Amino acid sequence: MRGLRYFFYQLRRNPLSIIGITIILLFIFIAILAPVIAPPPEGHTRTYQIPRSGYSPTPTPPSEEHPFGTTEGQYDILYGVIWGTRSAFKVGLTVIGTVLVIGITLGSIAGYFGGLVDEVIMRITDIFMAFPMLILAMAIAISNIKFPLFTFLVGPELDNVVLALAIVSWPAYTRLIRGDILAVREEDYIEATRGIGSSHLRIITRHILPNSIYPTLVMASLDIGAVVLTAAALSFLGLGAPEGYADWGQLISFSRNWIVGPPGNTMAYWYTVTIPGLFILFFVLGWNLLGDAFRDILDPRLGKR
Amino acid sequence: MELRVYIVRRVLLLIPVLFGVTLLIFGLLQTFSPVERAALYVRDVRQFGDIDAVIERYGLDEPVWVQYVTWMNEIFHGNFGWSRVVASPVTEAFINFLPATLELAIFATPLVVFGGIFLGSKAAAHKDKAIDHATRLGAIIGWSLPTFWLGLVLLMIFYGFFTGLLPPGRLSTNVSVLVHSNEFTRYTNINYIDAILNGNMRVFLDSIRHIILPVLTLTVVQLAFVMRLMRSSMLESLGKGYILTARAKGLDENTVVNKHARRNALIPVLTVSGYVFAGLVNGVVITETIFNYKGIGWWAWQSAINLDIPSVLAFAMFNGILFVLTNLVVDLLYARIDPRVRLGASAQ
Repeated sequence: MRGLRYFFYQLRRNPLSIIGITIILLFIFIAILAPVIAPPPEGHTRTYQIPRSGYSPTPTPPSEEHPFGTTEGQYDILYGVIWGTRSAFKVGLTVIGTVLVIGITLGSIAGYFGGLVDEVIMRITDIFMAFPMLILAMAIAISNIKFPLFTFLVGPELDNVVLALAIVSWPAYTRLIRGDILAVREEDYIEATRGIGSSHLRIITRHILPNSIYPTLVMASLDIGAVVLTAAALSFLGLGAPEGYADWGQLISFSRNWIVGPPGNTMAYWYTVTIPGLFILFFVLGWNLLGDAFRDILDPRLGKR
Repeated sequence: MELRVYIVRRVLLLIPVLFGVTLLIFGLLQTFSPVERAALYVRDVRQFGDIDAVIERYGLDEPVWVQYVTWMNEIFHGNFGWSRVVASPVTEAFINFLPATLELAIFATPLVVFGGIFLGSKAAAHKDKAIDHATRLGAIIGWSLPTFWLGLVLLMIFYGFFTGLLPPGRLSTNVSVLVHSNEFTRYTNINYIDAILNGNMRVFLDSIRHIILPVLTLTVVQLAFVMRLMRSSMLESLGKGYILTARAKGLDENTVVNKHARRNALIPVLTVSGYVFAGLVNGVVITETIFNYKGIGWWAWQSAINLDIPSVLAFAMFNGILFVLTNLVVDLLYARIDPRVRLGASAQ
């Protein structure tokens, strides 16, 4: 209990973590209030599809009707970034949730039982970790794999991205959790529990996990920023959500042909790239600031100095 | 354990991983139908008329394990399939695109490594001073920057605002014509090196002008990563007892920081250099896409959006193998530098 209070004390003391928390709260706020901030026009049923006013390829600058302007193809940028916040949370939370479930299950089995099972699971993680993340994610994104659970959770537009990111991220978490479990497996109190005849499942879920994985859980949840960043990169490359879906990476890919304006007014289309980019930057920055503060507090080597 | 034994053990461990890498790629390939997979070996649209013959020839409707053997056999003979987007065999495409990417890597890699180490140790040596706060903030922002966005913003400023100052692409059109003419000998296909060898200043300057922004884009994120790690590693090493001893002996601060602390702090940085490599590869795809810089990353992107399956999978497999080998080199260096690794391995 003292540890927890000390933890929050440290967190409050660190101005960067306060900024991080504020940014994240702001984004949660935007995501919840999306229908209020950017209400879908009447008769617009697929809310995640950005409404478009016409088909003209030239972006239009911010105006009363479109406060952030429109992209090529006349997609409203404000609507895109606001509902894109929801997409970002959907992808981030689903991916992190999935990899934690896989990581905890496989990591516990590998760490607790050791031996051949451990060896096999670790070699499999080796294989997946043998690829640069984005490259493997690209290969998975173009493959014909479908996972109905993801389609159910995030819809048919984002399931591919979520699947690709989950497949590339689970090995790292499995390894981390396995390491945590190895660290407490040989403790006396575990031996004692074994001595009174507890089942393996009970030992793992009641005694080992509660004593070992909290730091990992905290760190993992802060990886949402990194996951969203990779998802945006996939979308930018054109391997993410279908055209017109509210998604930050895609909004930036719309701006690719409009980086340089006509001669004499070369910055004419600045809003198409700048605004969605700032949303991604601040979202990721918020999680990273908080993550950095947590890491400093949790790192036993830097200690309570 | 002797270093030699460790090396043998480590190399042997490589075999199952490499086998697994091919299995994973093959598994992804199997998610496509036989007709789609036949496209792997189709070199001409006309062949699609007789797609059954291709399926037959490469045994694409045989049991999975037979297909794996056939596929591996082709790969061992250097046949990774046909790259539709550039209309050449995958291996050839790869070799043609590699020099452009090396052009960027030659500058980006040392910048990331030495820049990160330098800035990180500077920050740690001046902990909680202005330089520390500045580099730390820079690192967090750099680490949060979407690479693709950074590249576009740089283009907006240096190509748009300062009209045409630092353009995208690899060479300007007229210079490109010169490079492909008879007057210019292409020794390495790395433009600025060839320019030096030809003694051609114009090509050299044009090439440099084109690589500044891509190199910058490629560097920032990884530099932030190395810097952050170096800082914390250096802080840890500065808190050690032997540093206190060195200072107590009256050694000057420079020797303490640069020799005693930094050398030991480098070890953790070395262990993650494999990840830095992977990060650069990821960055290459995005950077080359933004700057329309025709290297292997650009090719991988073109292949991915055109559903050129063989190219994407070959690219992934190649990078997987390269990454595995990089990690091998890193581990061996690590064992060479830090004897505890070898001893630890023997204790198991």
